[in-house]
Amino acid sequence: MVRFSGLSLFAKALGNHQSWPELWPDAQPKPAYDAVIVGAGGHGLGAAYYLAKKYGITKVAVIEKGWLGGGNTGRNTTIVRSNYLYDESAHLYDHAVKLWDGLSQDLNFNVMYSKRGVMMLAHNVHDIQSFQRHIHANRLNGVDNEWLTPEQAKEYCPPLDISPEARYPVLGAALQRRGGTARHDSVAWGYARAASALGVDIIQNCMVTGIRRGADGAVEGVETTRGYIATKKVGVSAAGNTSVVMRMAGLDFPLESYPLQALVSEPVKPVFPCVVMSNTVHAYISQSDKGELVIGAGTDQYVSYSQRGALHIVEHTLAAICEIFPMFRRMRMLRNWGGIVDVTPDRSPILGKTPVPGLYVNCGWGTGGFKATPGAGDLLAYTIAKDEPHPINAPFNLDRFRGGRLIDEAAAAAVAH
Amino acid sequence: MILIHCPYCDEQRPGLEFAYAGEAHIARPADPSALSDEEWERFLFIRANPRGRHHERWRHIHGCARFFNAVRDTVSDKFELTYKAGEPRK
Repeated sequence: MVRFSGLSLFAKALGNHQSWPELWPDAQPKPAYDAVIVGAGGHGLGAAYYLAKKYGITKVAVIEKGWLGGGNTGRNTTIVRSNYLYDESAHLYDHAVKLWDGLSQDLNFNVMYSKRGVMMLAHNVHDIQSFQRHIHANRLNGVDNEWLTPEQAKEYCPPLDISPEARYPVLGAALQRRGGTARHDSVAWGYARAASALGVDIIQNCMVTGIRRGADGAVEGVETTRGYIATKKVGVSAAGNTSVVMRMAGLDFPLESYPLQALVSEPVKPVFPCVVMSNTVHAYISQSDKGELVIGAGTDQYVSYSQRGALHIVEHTLAAICEIFPMFRRMRMLRNWGGIVDVTPDRSPILGKTPVPGLYVNCGWGTGGFKATPGAGDLLAYTIAKDEPHPINAPFNLDRFRGGRLIDEAAAAAVAH
Repeated sequence: MILIHCPYCDEQRPGLEFAYAGEAHIARPADPSALSDEEWERFLFIRANPRGRHHERWRHIHGCARFFNAVRDTVSDKFELTYKAGEPRK
């Protein structure tokens, strides 16, 4: 691996940039590994990277049924924030935000993490009370979040219409300054390159078709479309397909998979400085470095694996954006797409061990998994290496649906997640 | 837009007229106080979530407003059939 630096850039420039090597080799499956990660999205690649880097477990394969970063890693709206209400969630998501901070340096790959701020608009008295409660709870947990008056919100985000005549008047906003965006593909590529350099095999177009278990019930290996791979530890990070993979091990999961759509506009000059979310009007928006407005909202209503949704959901989202930002009414949309998100009953992830020895799971991130990428990878690696959850992800166990200790962010975080 | 056949109206109507109402054939326990934690978990939270044939409830909210059941392929989103509530699983 060639380290990226000013010097290497200069040296390669002398050769017209013709001699850059590939970022990572396309590996072939070997007969056995110490650990296998199912799913080469940001979370899975991150787990492989931290397994190799922090715990010295380098005989690791990441197997992926499609192409690397082609699932929800490549389909999200790239927002990073950690202003969650409950202690458990605040610790979990803030663990990720702390890792985002040094990620480009750590990976020697620019993930373009931009702390441009995430602003949540309050349109009614309930919003004001709910956001201020969030702000106080966040501050007690060491997560930055502050209240802005409409004037301050306008100063931070000039496109905002704060006139009392607006269809949805802005009565204030909650701002997390450390929140922002990152380049989603770069995250997958950066983790893949760094993990591969440490000896991890990244195997694409290799679907898991079965999980083999021994007489004691423990994992012995995985059957794939490219042959059998023996391993004692399997970490599943398969997002919308988690239910399918888990059933191979005989486990029924409290998950449902829904399409979540997003869309981008034609690229325009910089007009939008931060991320703005409105739970009440039900949409969120930011501008990518390429200039496209990146827009998203809630899921479609029915269970599906089709990676596309209904047009009326998109129409509803755009109507909401035009209500809040009338200046975008004449923008043309360039493309829209859908990803399949795995949703838990309490809208909090499941990250930890399973009843099957040697089988670990990282799922249930629903509509908000991208922001947690480095944290989820780190914690899944810890859980696999130590065979026990880290204190941060211990509350996000599978048993909570039996014991009743839910982490009910669905009620707390309103719609956008 | 998906098209759904309402078994009560006996008409194929646009999906906008319908509301999804979750997995079908999840029977409410007859004697709730007798249920163990495992049975409560299964009833409340565990879902089939199959990649393929899915039994689900829909409601013709902007039509007859009645609940009915459907079988849909979750990969193609195509409806295989719909049938009235109370009829056995198909």
